[in-house]
Amino acid sequence: MTALVLVEHEAGQLKDATRGAVTAAAQLGDVDLLVAGENVDAVASDAAKIAGVGKVLVADDAAYGHGLAENVAPLAARLMGGYDAFVAAATTTGKNVAPRVAALLDVMQLSDILSIEGPDTFTRPIYAGNAIATVRSSDAKKVITVRTTAFEKAGEGGPATIEKVASEGDKGLSSFVGAELSKSERPELTGARVIVSGGRAFGSAEQFHALLDPLADKLKAAIGASRAAVDAGYAPNDYQVGQTGKIVAPEAYIAIGISGAIQHLAGMKDSKTIVAINKDEDAPIFQVADIGLVGDLFKIVPELTEKL
Amino acid sequence: MKILVAVKRVIDFNVKPRVKADGSGVDLANVKMSMNPFDEIAVEEAIRLKEKGVAEEVVAVSIGPAKAQETLRTALAMGADRAILIQTDDEVEPLAVAKLLARLAEEEQPGLFILGKQAIDDDSNQTGQMLAALLNWPQGTFASRVEIDGDKVNVTREVDGGLETVRLNLPAVITTDLRLNEPRYASLPNIMKAKSKPLATKAPADYGVDTAPRLTLLKVAEPPRRQAGVKVADVDELIGKLKALGVVA
Ligand SMILES: Cc1cc2nc3c(=O)[nH]c(=O)nc-3n(C[C@H](O)[C@H](O)[C@H](O)COP(=O)(O)OP(=O)(O)OC[C@H]3O[C@@H](n4cnc5c(N)ncnc54)[C@H](O)[C@@H]3O)c2cc1C
Ligand SMILES: Nc1ncnc2c1ncn2[C@@H]1O[C@H](COP(=O)(O)O)[C@@H](O)[C@H]1O
Repeated sequence: MTALVLVEHEAGQLKDATRGAVTAAAQLGDVDLLVAGENVDAVASDAAKIAGVGKVLVADDAAYGHGLAENVAPLAARLMGGYDAFVAAATTTGKNVAPRVAALLDVMQLSDILSIEGPDTFTRPIYAGNAIATVRSSDAKKVITVRTTAFEKAGEGGPATIEKVASEGDKGLSSFVGAELSKSERPELTGARVIVSGGRAFGSAEQFHALLDPLADKLKAAIGASRAAVDAGYAPNDYQVGQTGKIVAPEAYIAIGISGAIQHLAGMKDSKTIVAINKDEDAPIFQVADIGLVGDLFKIVPELTEKL
Repeated sequence: MKILVAVKRVIDFNVKPRVKADGSGVDLANVKMSMNPFDEIAVEEAIRLKEKGVAEEVVAVSIGPAKAQETLRTALAMGADRAILIQTDDEVEPLAVAKLLARLAEEEQPGLFILGKQAIDDDSNQTGQMLAALLNWPQGTFASRVEIDGDKVNVTREVDGGLETVRLNLPAVITTDLRLNEPRYASLPNIMKAKSKPLATKAPADYGVDTAPRLTLLKVAEPPRRQAGVKVADVDELIGKLKALGVVA
């Protein structure tokens, strides 16, 4: 079996999520990579250094400059003529492009897989991770998105050969207008070793940052948030952890003023150690926490930051 | 412009799903069912576009059992003008749902097709993207802002790095994210009024779509359960534990 993995990149940088997808794809068979973008020589040569990769296909064209699914999907679908599986990370990029590829190939996508049980058989979370389904696909070609926390990151190796492929051109359906990307000196949420995460209890954006920023700095942690905190404007949308936000599995996840709704747990319950700080001793978050501290976060967080 | 909205009947988001003892699925007997939350956001957005004078008609569509009528009545009570139920007791996978919706789009010729980004039961996050592919329409997924501008629509999307805005030709497919709007509750008079709004019932065969599943569900299991740990008395004890775990030096 041969798999084509979509390389995720931004501003000339290869995204780490790609490495989890490569590890999953390697369990299926031989792995080639697809780099679609504009001026992506650096990304292609970084991608060629990922261990276990045979070939890196590069489509360098302005049409792919912002990863528009309308342009990338037909390219991937054409290249899939020579592959048995299309694999992407279950990031917002992968989730945007892969189903479009699947429909062009008339394939039912396997979303967010956790494991590969055989060439046609996969496990994936359903119902906010409250159930794990084992499914067998009867499609000749597979289209898969991969939960990156469930697979090791592929390391360095190679170098693989780099091969230019023809562009499908701009389909003229969509164009990129702009992006407002969150800038932070802190580690990226999905790659962080430690995450401190805040909920509705913080009461305002000011208090959220006044209390969590110094704690995160001390712990060299990334900052996450519950949906309630994001909805209330305490934190931007890309901080949201959960069923419909980011899936994280750090060494330590410190949930502060977060009740532990199933939708939140879905995004963090595979963390190695979970710490919960909540004033309600019956909060559901304590049912999954390894270490719990009952009390008022407005007292506890400053004291914790101070003493660390 | 006409707007089509896809609404799925799913387990209510407040219910904790339970896996059946025989591992054949999730137990939905006597469980509260509701409109998928992202689809409420989709209906709300369509109604707001109508209230702004951008759209003339909002049509809600569901594929599912007879009970999905209730979900459609909710959409009508929120303000949709009419509804279409493609009725089946079979499990219909996202690819087949997308094919049915594509046929409907060809028939109804909407300017926008709005879906939720994700159904909270199968967590697939793929139907809207597939629909867009089948129609060869552009897609504005995970939308937190939708602005019609002549024959285009500007869609701001929630992406892993923050926000991104794309400009799409109409007709287009949009999938909703949580911050797009806060859906209204249907008022009692509107719930009454919804009872007399048109609801057409069709079958998948009317659209000539093969809905045979591509995936076979072999087993459904509970995820590994975490054990509740220990409670610590104070910050000092917490720091001690964090040190023991190597989280802090
Ligand atoms: C379709 C859908 C998708 C969703 N997706 C997500 C998702 O991806 N991620 C997500 O997080 N949620 C998601 N949710 C929302 C989820 O259901 C909860 O509403 C949300 O997680 C609650 O956030 P919270 O814990 O911050 O707020 P609350 O539930 O209000 O909890 C606040 C907690 O703070 C505690 N507290 C209050 N004051 C203090 C204090 N002074 N000191 C210490 N503790 C205090 C309280 O005891 C309480 O436990 C989703 C919901 C839906 C319907
Ligand atoms: N059976 C269905 N009936 C109507 N809409 C559906 C159905 N299944 C999926 N959808 C739509 O597709 C969206 C995404 O679903 P999914 O791809 O299954 O996560 C949902 O939020 C709905 O808007």
